[in-house]
Amino acid sequence: MLPRLAQTLAQKIIARAAGRDSVRVGELIVAKVDLAMMHDSGGPRRVAAMLAEIGASVWDRNKVVVVTDHFVPAVDVDSARILKLTRDWVRINQVDRFHDMQGICHVVMTENGHVRPGMFAVGGDSHSPTAGAFGAFMFGVGATEMAGVLATGEIWIKVPETQLIRWQGKLGHALSAKDMILATLKRLKLNTLKYGVAQYCGEAVTALSMSDRMVLTNMAAELGAQTGLIEPDATTFAALKNADVDMQYAPEFHGDPDATFLATWDFDANKLVPQVAAPHSPDNVDDVDRFQNVTIDQAYIGACTGAKLNDLHMAAEVLKGRKVARNIRLLIAPASTRMTAAAAADGTLATLTAAGAILLPSGCGACAGYGAGILAEDEVCISSTARNFKGRMGAASSHVYLGSPYTVAASAVTGRITDPREFIHVFHHAQAVA
Amino acid sequence: MSKTFGKAFVFGDNITTDALAPGAYMKAPLAELAAHCLESIDADFARDMKRGDIVVGGENFGMGSSREQAVMALRELGIGYVIAKSFAGLFFRNCINLGLAPLMCVDAAKINAGDELCCDAGEGSILNKTKNECYACEPIPPHLMAMLNDGGLLSHLVKRRALITTLPSN
Repeated sequence: MLPRLAQTLAQKIIARAAGRDSVRVGELIVAKVDLAMMHDSGGPRRVAAMLAEIGASVWDRNKVVVVTDHFVPAVDVDSARILKLTRDWVRINQVDRFHDMQGICHVVMTENGHVRPGMFAVGGDSHSPTAGAFGAFMFGVGATEMAGVLATGEIWIKVPETQLIRWQGKLGHALSAKDMILATLKRLKLNTLKYGVAQYCGEAVTALSMSDRMVLTNMAAELGAQTGLIEPDATTFAALKNADVDMQYAPEFHGDPDATFLATWDFDANKLVPQVAAPHSPDNVDDVDRFQNVTIDQAYIGACTGAKLNDLHMAAEVLKGRKVARNIRLLIAPASTRMTAAAAADGTLATLTAAGAILLPSGCGACAGYGAGILAEDEVCISSTARNFKGRMGAASSHVYLGSPYTVAASAVTGRITDPREFIHVFHHAQAVA
Repeated sequence: MSKTFGKAFVFGDNITTDALAPGAYMKAPLAELAAHCLESIDADFARDMKRGDIVVGGENFGMGSSREQAVMALRELGIGYVIAKSFAGLFFRNCINLGLAPLMCVDAAKINAGDELCCDAGEGSILNKTKNECYACEPIPPHLMAMLNDGGLLSHLVKRRALITTLPSN
């Protein structure tokens, strides 16, 4: 008998999806897709014609999720047409899991319990690894590949190596998962993962809420990983229960303890200070105090990375009883309508708007240069989003810095990039947590 | 795939999909989007290049978004091949799916702007006529080479009906 092959979490999921007991790193596999998610930009607008061209229809409408989030709400006839086409396609193809203008796809997916541990899934968006916070293997694909999945229910994959990113210690006050991932990017840069799996572990990761864990897996994309993963634990299952996921379909799914990893990268949360990524790359990272002379025109809290309820709470903690600086605009686009409602109910929106924040619709917004909040030539923005590539949020000469919601909110108050620890004292934080 | 000579347009490391297909033009017709391809790095690229020319990058070419318009814009302009030291995984898949050969080459940095190149994806080689040099590329796996030769994923699926599980009933 062959010795048992120790499997990483990624290998276990791929093996299951391929109907195999085990798979080896580097093997070429055709696997069955458990879930295919598309949005209005890369979804029906593009795949409808492709499916017609090859004479195929959707292999399993119950495994498809469609979300409108890029061109919402319509600002011109072109975007209105794209949204109408999306709605029509969903109706004709009887896709029940359609979330129209309810928020950003990666967040809406988890809110509605579509993501489960052990799932093998594809998404028509590069931040699809977000689902890995729940122990699902989900990766981004282009529209043509999505059409292939919709036609066949299958996709090829080269079984990836996994690298461990281990965060020990405990985060200090006014720090968040965003600071952890920016510090990770500072060291690992954009391509150390080389399309492998970034698996996060360690006590500082275990201590994070699901919302914060999603920041780590979301930005696995910036690390150049095919996806990011976190082993499911009690926090994961509590969140799944909260999202009304039938626990029968959310099995415990873990990697073998003796599985091997290509590399293990150790980080110490005790030593972490707020991190900021300077233009024009998410790995151009340094401590916040290095940027204290940078004055800003706009502060933006938005996108799948940085505008969940938890992120709004961070911003509110800083902005409570304070005002956004004169001549600075603070734009906030909550990640979902459900989170907007929750933030309204718990008083967070009142705190934010009293400080002078401007609320925008839930959607991808300015992050990718699609929605409201675009920058003019030479303007400077600090943002809670994931990417600050040249020209992404507006004019090619605009400058985008990335930071946590705490850092973005503190910078909005002073008009320059600011260490949020100056605004949240330890005792205040302890009270807020209690 | 073309084996004629093309002129090299050389870009650096980490060329993003935002540079290749800027968000502001994502709802515009492809020809308009393509006219803005790489303009945030080289404002004259779309104007100066000719059909059959070749884009050369460094590490991690095509990083960022899943938008395959990044590949479509290059194809629309008539770019014959993309050469890079390494590619972002998603962009590499999109290239294959759309039938644009991505050539991974450790010697990519030896290519200068304006060099006359002739590429052979099947053989995995690049001939630099200007410098009289030949570079080897990482071989493209056979299943992906088959997709490229079929003109991309969709025509590949049509040719190999077996992969399509659902067909119209009449």
